[in-house]
Amino acid sequence: MSISTTRNFKANAAEQLANETLRGALTKSKGHFTGGRATAVSNMPEFEALRDQARDIKNHTIEHLDFYLEAYEEKVTEAGGQVHWARTAEDARNIVLEICRSVDARAVNKGKSMISEECAINDMLEANGICAVETDLGEYIIQLRGETPSHIIAPAVHLTKGQVEESFRANHTHLDPNRVLEEPPTLLNEARTILREKYFQAEVGITGANLLVAETGSSIIVTNEGNGDLSQLIPKVHIVLASLEKIVPTLEDASTILRVLARSATGQEFSSYTTVSTGPRREGDPDGPEQYHVILLDNGRSDMLGTEFQDMLRCIRCGACMNHCPVYQSVGGHAYGWVYPGPMGSVLSPGLLGVDEAGHLPNASSFCGRCEEVCPVRIPLPKLMRHWREQEFEKHLSPGATRVGLGLWAFFAKRPKLYQLATGLEMRVLGWLGRKRGRFTSLPLAGGWTKYRELPAPQGRTFQSRWKSGERPQAGGAQ
Amino acid sequence: MSQGPRVALFVTCLVDLFRPNVGFAAVKLMQDAGCTVEVPEAQTCCGQPAYNSGDKKDAIAIAKQVIATFEGYDHVVAPSGSCAGMIRKHYPEALADDPAWSARAEALSAKTHELVSFLTDVLKIEKVEAAYDGTVTYHDSCSGLRELGIHGQPRKLLDGVDGLHLRELNDANVCCGFGGTFCVKYPDISNRMVSNKMDEIVATGAETLLAGDMGCLMNMAGKLQREGANVRVRHVAEVLAGMADGPAIGEPEDGSAKP
Repeated sequence: MSISTTRNFKANAAEQLANETLRGALTKSKGHFTGGRATAVSNMPEFEALRDQARDIKNHTIEHLDFYLEAYEEKVTEAGGQVHWARTAEDARNIVLEICRSVDARAVNKGKSMISEECAINDMLEANGICAVETDLGEYIIQLRGETPSHIIAPAVHLTKGQVEESFRANHTHLDPNRVLEEPPTLLNEARTILREKYFQAEVGITGANLLVAETGSSIIVTNEGNGDLSQLIPKVHIVLASLEKIVPTLEDASTILRVLARSATGQEFSSYTTVSTGPRREGDPDGPEQYHVILLDNGRSDMLGTEFQDMLRCIRCGACMNHCPVYQSVGGHAYGWVYPGPMGSVLSPGLLGVDEAGHLPNASSFCGRCEEVCPVRIPLPKLMRHWREQEFEKHLSPGATRVGLGLWAFFAKRPKLYQLATGLEMRVLGWLGRKRGRFTSLPLAGGWTKYRELPAPQGRTFQSRWKSGERPQAGGAQ
Repeated sequence: MSQGPRVALFVTCLVDLFRPNVGFAAVKLMQDAGCTVEVPEAQTCCGQPAYNSGDKKDAIAIAKQVIATFEGYDHVVAPSGSCAGMIRKHYPEALADDPAWSARAEALSAKTHELVSFLTDVLKIEKVEAAYDGTVTYHDSCSGLRELGIHGQPRKLLDGVDGLHLRELNDANVCCGFGGTFCVKYPDISNRMVSNKMDEIVATGAETLLAGDMGCLMNMAGKLQREGANVRVRHVAEVLAGMADGPAIGEPEDGSAKP
C-alpha cells in the first residue's frame, strides 16, 4: 500500500498551516467548490430526495454486495472482459504488472484513480521499468512535481498557477524558455499537446471507475478533460482499477448517483464526459481496446461490512465533505498523511490502515457536522469518527494525559454535590484572580487554550450557588 | 406564581461556571413568558466531553443521571444548542441498545430544547421586551444549526430588540474552531479556524458579536481579545433578556473593553 504518515498528523498539519502559498490556493478553491454546489443544489428542488435515493441504492447494493459482484463478473465475462479479484493492494499491483508484462508494455497511460494511489501503482510500474503517464491535468502536474494528490477530485488543488508554470518550465525543457505561460488556458494547452503524443505510445491504459454496473458489466468514469477516454480507448489493453463498493445494480441506479455526484463535487449538473465501457472492442467497433480487465480491490473494505463503519462504503468520492470541512480547508490534504484526506478519509483511513496508525484523523474534527450536511449519500461522518474514537479509547490508544484529565472530570461530573463544591470554589478563586482584567493570558493547565487566545475569567460565584442562595432575575421589560 | 409549563433549566457547565448571567437571563426570558422555572440540583454537565472523546461508559453514566434528574418536567431547556443537541440527538443514540433506558432517553429528548428555539417554537413568542443600542453580528454555532435547525429563531427575536441592528456575518455557518476538546487537542488548527472567524467578525464592523453557545463565545472572545479587536462578545440570551448591561465576556468588572 501507499506509505502513510498519518501518525505525524499534528506535525504535518503545523507544517501546512505555516505554508502561505497553500493558504492562498485553498482560499481560492474553497469558494469555487462550496458556491458551485450551493447553486447547483438550489437549482434542483428534488436534490434532497435524490440524496435519499442515492443513499438507498448504495445501502441496498452493499447489503447484497456478493450477489451484485457475482452478477457483475458474469456480465463482464460475457462481454469478453476479465475480472480479477484483489484482496490486497499487493495483489492489485501484481495483477497490473502481470497484465502489463503479458503485452510487453513499456508505457502506461493513466486516467485519474484513487485506487491507483491507494495501491501505489505508479511506484510499482516505475520499479519495473514501465513508464506511467498521468493524463488528468492535476495528476500530471503533481506527477511532474513528485507529489501525491491533496484532494480526491482536484489532486493539485494545493498548488497555485505560478507553481504549475514553474513545474512546466522545469520539465518541458524542449520548449521555448521565453514562451508566455501565465494564464491557465496556455498551461492547459501545453499539457494537452505533450499528453496527446503520449496517448499513442502506451500499450496499456489504466483508469479508475466511478461506478460499476452489475446489470451490464460496465464501468463508468466521469472526467472534465476527456483524458480518461483517450487513456482507455487508444492502448491495446484497458485495465479498470476499482474497489468493490463502486458497484450499483443497474444503469438507472448509476444515473441517479451521477445526478448527485457532479453537483456535490464541482457544482456541475453533469461532468463534461461520462464514459461507459463494456468489454473490449467488438467486431465492427470503430475503436476500443483488445483486452478489457477489471481489478476489484478489497483491501480491508469487506471487513467494514456488518460493522458500524458499513455506512462508509456508500461513499461516491465526490469530495464535498473536504470542500466544506474547516479542518481540511485549514491544513490541506497532504497533512492527513495518506491517500484519502478530509472527513471521508478520517473515517476510511482508520478502516484500511488500522486505528492505531490513523487514530489522529477521526480526532482532528470539531464535529461541526458540515460534512454530513453536504454528503450526497448521507454518510453520518461525525458519528463514524466518534466510533473510531470509541475504539481508540477502548484499546487505550488515546494519549495518557487525555485519559487522566477525562477520568478526573468524569469522576466529578458523576457526583453533582462534590462537583458543585469543587467548581464553586475554583470559580470563586478564578473569578477573584481575573476580576481586574476579566481574562487570563496564561493559566496553569490551560496552555492548549491560552497559546492562541485569552481565557475569559468566570464571573465569580457559579450560577448554581447563586441560585441556591435565592438570587432571581427581575421580572418584566428591559432593565 | 405562574401556571405555565414547568420548565427545568439545564444551565450547562460553561454557563454555570463562567457566565451565570446567561443562566439568569434564560430564567428571566422563560419566566416572562409565563413558565415556572426550576433548577434541579443534581446537574453538572451533559457528558459531551466524554462522549466525543470515545469514553462511552462515562457518557452513558452521565446521561442516565441527567435523564433521572430532568425527566419529571414538562420541558428541559438549555442556553446552548450543543448541550441541548447532546440530550436530544445523542442520548437516544447512546442508549439505543439499553431496553431499560432507551424509552426514557427518547422521552427526555422529545421535551428538551435550546433556549431561543424554545421561546419561538414552543412558547410561540414573537417579540421580547428588550433594548440594545448598536450593531451586532451573529455566529451560528454548529450543533444548534445542524443538529437542531436553529437559524431563523435568534434572528427573529433580535429583530424585535429596540435599537439593535443586525449585520450578517459572512460564513456565519462555518465552525469557529472551538469543538469542545478539539480546541485544546489541536490548538494549531483551531487557531486557524478561529482566526478566519475573527477576520469575518471584524469585517462586519459590528460592535458586538452574539451567539448561542458559551464554548464558541469564549473561543471567539478569547481570540478577539488576544488580537486586540474591539468587539464585545455576549450570549444572545443576555441581549434578549435585557441583561447585557454588565461586562461582556472576558471584560473586567468595570466594563472597559480595552486590554
